[in-house]
Amino acid sequence: MAFWRVPLDTQEIQVTLGTVCIIDDRCKGCGYCIEFCPKDILQFSEKFNRKGYHPPIVTKEGECVNCHYCEIICPEFAIFSVESEPAETK
Amino acid sequence: MTTNPKKLAKPPEHPLDDLIRTERIPHIWCPGCGIGTVFSSCLSAIKATELPYNQFTMVSGIGCSARGAGYIKLDSFHTTHGRAIPFASGIKMARPDLKVIVFSGDGDLFAIGGNHFIHAARRNMDMTVICVNNLTYGMTGGQVAATTPNMAKSTTTPLGNPDSPFNLPLLAYAAGASYVARWTILQTRDLTTAINEAINHKGFSFIEVLSPCPINYGRRNKEKPIDTMKLYQDHTIIKHGANPAEADIDFGKGVVIGKFIHIDKSTCDDRYTEMHRPCIDD
Repeated sequence: MAFWRVPLDTQEIQVTLGTVCIIDDRCKGCGYCIEFCPKDILQFSEKFNRKGYHPPIVTKEGECVNCHYCEIICPEFAIFSVESEPAETK
Repeated sequence: MTTNPKKLAKPPEHPLDDLIRTERIPHIWCPGCGIGTVFSSCLSAIKATELPYNQFTMVSGIGCSARGAGYIKLDSFHTTHGRAIPFASGIKMARPDLKVIVFSGDGDLFAIGGNHFIHAARRNMDMTVICVNNLTYGMTGGQVAATTPNMAKSTTTPLGNPDSPFNLPLLAYAAGASYVARWTILQTRDLTTAINEAINHKGFSFIEVLSPCPINYGRRNKEKPIDTMKLYQDHTIIKHGANPAEADIDFGKGVVIGKFIHIDKSTCDDRYTEMHRPCIDD
């Protein structure tokens, strides 16, 4: 995220990381999760699911901040995120 | 024991899977329809109350949104057209300890069931009414409804609706509801909080949720579901405690959303118990 000045406590802020789980066969391709993801990490995939829709796919692995917005906006119970352990602590 | 690396791991479970009848999922709602979001928000709110699930019951009428009662894994009832509120009132009078949730659409609650709604609100029946307002009769093919905005096109008004729509929060407030709120499906977190608050509130709680109907309303009015969501993002004004009389739906001047009314009043079952069952305390 772009700031007009770097916050003073930016070193101390721990940003949570998440993993997006997608249940492909429930998706109906409405695109809400893709449109409203605050980190823009989702995209329509090329593959088809069982019903012929294109489910979303995570394009930027490791950038999810586990905000759960895709989970609560999805009308199909097809996507959710779980907290993942940070890879390394700086 | 060795595991087969080619065998796929068990598919991950959605956090709300314990509250939905997963064998019925995917549900019948169209791609882009907002009812699923309202439904999942309602389930999250039920979960957030931390009450046992057998304390809840969901009642719905007829229509797209009324299918919700069939997808929730609780005691639920799918009643006849417009009669969700009388049915729920009956449950509440027989079992005042239950949390009764009415989940239905605008056509069901305000057109055929309008009279039941105003009288339940007048008596302040202790129940939570969630009205998914998609501005049309979705299931029957997009006919003009009591909530269709002026000049909006529908199957039965191809030149535009000449009449003005109901202002649902004002109607609920005027009839005597003690909790009135309106949100859209885009403000999902506020919506979940509002439903949670309404479930915990003692009295008639009414939440109107604006939701896109891409197939039967959006298509005739040249609105893609994403456009409707952008409309909700750009043309809504969050104003808590606003006068419900100003809350008419006109996206041209901005739709007022938020929590309008939250007051405490004596409820129907309290007054009934006091008058007719004076010795029930023991």
